[in-house]
Amino acid sequence: MKRLSLNQAFWYLLRRDLLLAFRNRSELANPLLFFIMVITLFPLAVGAEPNLLARIAPGIIWVAALLASMLSLDGIFRSDFEDGTLEQMLLSAHPVPVLVLAKVTAHWLVTGLPLLIISPLLAMMLGLDESAYGILLLTILLGTPVLSLIGSIGVALTIGLRKGGIILSLLVLPLYVPVLIFSASAIDVAAVGLSATAQIKMLLAFLFLALSLSPWATAAALRMSMS
Amino acid sequence: MFKWFTKWFHRLGSPPHFYRIAGLWLPWLSGLFGILVIAGLYGGLVLAPPDYQQGESYRIIFVHVPAAWMSLFIYMVMAFCGVVVLVWRMKLAEIVLISAAPVGASFTFLALVTGSLWGKPMWGTYWVWDARLTSELILLFLYLGVIGLYGAIDDKRVAARAVATLAIVGVVNIPIIHYSVEWWNSLHQGPTVTKFDKPSIHWSMLIPLLLMALAFKLYFIISLFQRVRAELLHRERNSRWVEELIRS
Amino acid sequence: MSLSEFFNMGGYAVFVWSSYGLTLVVLVINWLLPYQQHKKTLRKLKRQLRQDKQIDDTST
Repeated sequence: MKRLSLNQAFWYLLRRDLLLAFRNRSELANPLLFFIMVITLFPLAVGAEPNLLARIAPGIIWVAALLASMLSLDGIFRSDFEDGTLEQMLLSAHPVPVLVLAKVTAHWLVTGLPLLIISPLLAMMLGLDESAYGILLLTILLGTPVLSLIGSIGVALTIGLRKGGIILSLLVLPLYVPVLIFSASAIDVAAVGLSATAQIKMLLAFLFLALSLSPWATAAALRMSMS
Repeated sequence: MFKWFTKWFHRLGSPPHFYRIAGLWLPWLSGLFGILVIAGLYGGLVLAPPDYQQGESYRIIFVHVPAAWMSLFIYMVMAFCGVVVLVWRMKLAEIVLISAAPVGASFTFLALVTGSLWGKPMWGTYWVWDARLTSELILLFLYLGVIGLYGAIDDKRVAARAVATLAIVGVVNIPIIHYSVEWWNSLHQGPTVTKFDKPSIHWSMLIPLLLMALAFKLYFIISLFQRVRAELLHRERNSRWVEELIRS
Repeated sequence: MSLSEFFNMGGYAVFVWSSYGLTLVVLVINWLLPYQQHKKTLRKLKRQLRQDKQIDDTST
């Protein structure tokens, strides 16, 4: 058998996960549908007054994105855990954090990217100021990967549990707070025509921090849960 | 010196030794705690003059601030134990870690409630989304996450290591969360709630405050020892030393 | 300062004393629960030991 280089392993795993996701389209659509539906609920709940909606649009979009990303988290490792692939992954010769990173990337491409694509439409429906669209896309682009990365730690810790869902949200949501604060504020600021550079830089910092630390924590947590 | 330290560390890590030492220390610690509390309360409630701005209501500070300090301190202790658990797989650290969590959650809860009781006369409402109260609330969620995760995993040794990981992840995030919330607060609220911000505190208030803080630290140790003893006895119920203990 | 003045806390009695009272309650609960649990475990272990002894005595 030929040995894979680390790079190859990363790409193979990424491609495999993407392929699996596309074979199972309903799972692909669910987080997106959830995202849209939560956002639809807000005008129904707070009233359809355009000024109010435009004012709270950044918050709504981000809270919905947070929840959608959290609900889809379980899919990162669930099927692999159940059919034993995960165990093989941990036993492989490649460093687990890199494999984790491949899986999280695949997960983000499947769940985060659709949010990115659909969000301008929802922003338009909520009447968000047009000058903020660019920043909105940027925050989702930078923010949702952080959510996936942090979330992967929580999933790895709760993977062996039958009722992991509630616990998972309890573990993960407090850690999402900084991303929520800076993303929503960036859009807020951009909507009134100010510069959101500071917030974007913070999000960028979070992304790098999460990229460099969370795969290790996830790998450690996976080893623990599988032992 | 180092050799002596590692020896002491290993001995402390042995359950029967810790059980015995903690039992011996408990009465002394409790006595000291009592003295400190009485001194702190007397200083805080009787000797310290009323605040020129807040009148008598500021006296909540003597429980609120130490509780808030403890809430952070205990999380740090948990994270430290988490490192010990993951690196050395020390059983005692596992137990200390999980025994500290409910105490920390209690202090966080106290800091929140006393803060809001202080807020009522100061701000006119029980709750404002003040930076400190908000981060304290998030800290409470972090504690509850730790307790919930530990409770959810059946194998307690695995649970302890999972909780150790979570505590470390949490401790990395706490400063980020704290500063994010502070920044968010400065953005949305303006300087209306800065009444609490670093008042130049007079020594007649500072001394009781420090006494109470010290008393709370001692209380944490007492409560921790008690929990650890109970947990040790339960976990090691089939071991030799427990049997000997029961026999004697 | 008179005693009633002290308990009145300049009109803030409700807030001050409920803070202190709640702190007391939480601290006592936190102390009492592990204490009782410890005692319970000890008692249970002692009873077990006694039963084991009885079984030993009757079998020999």
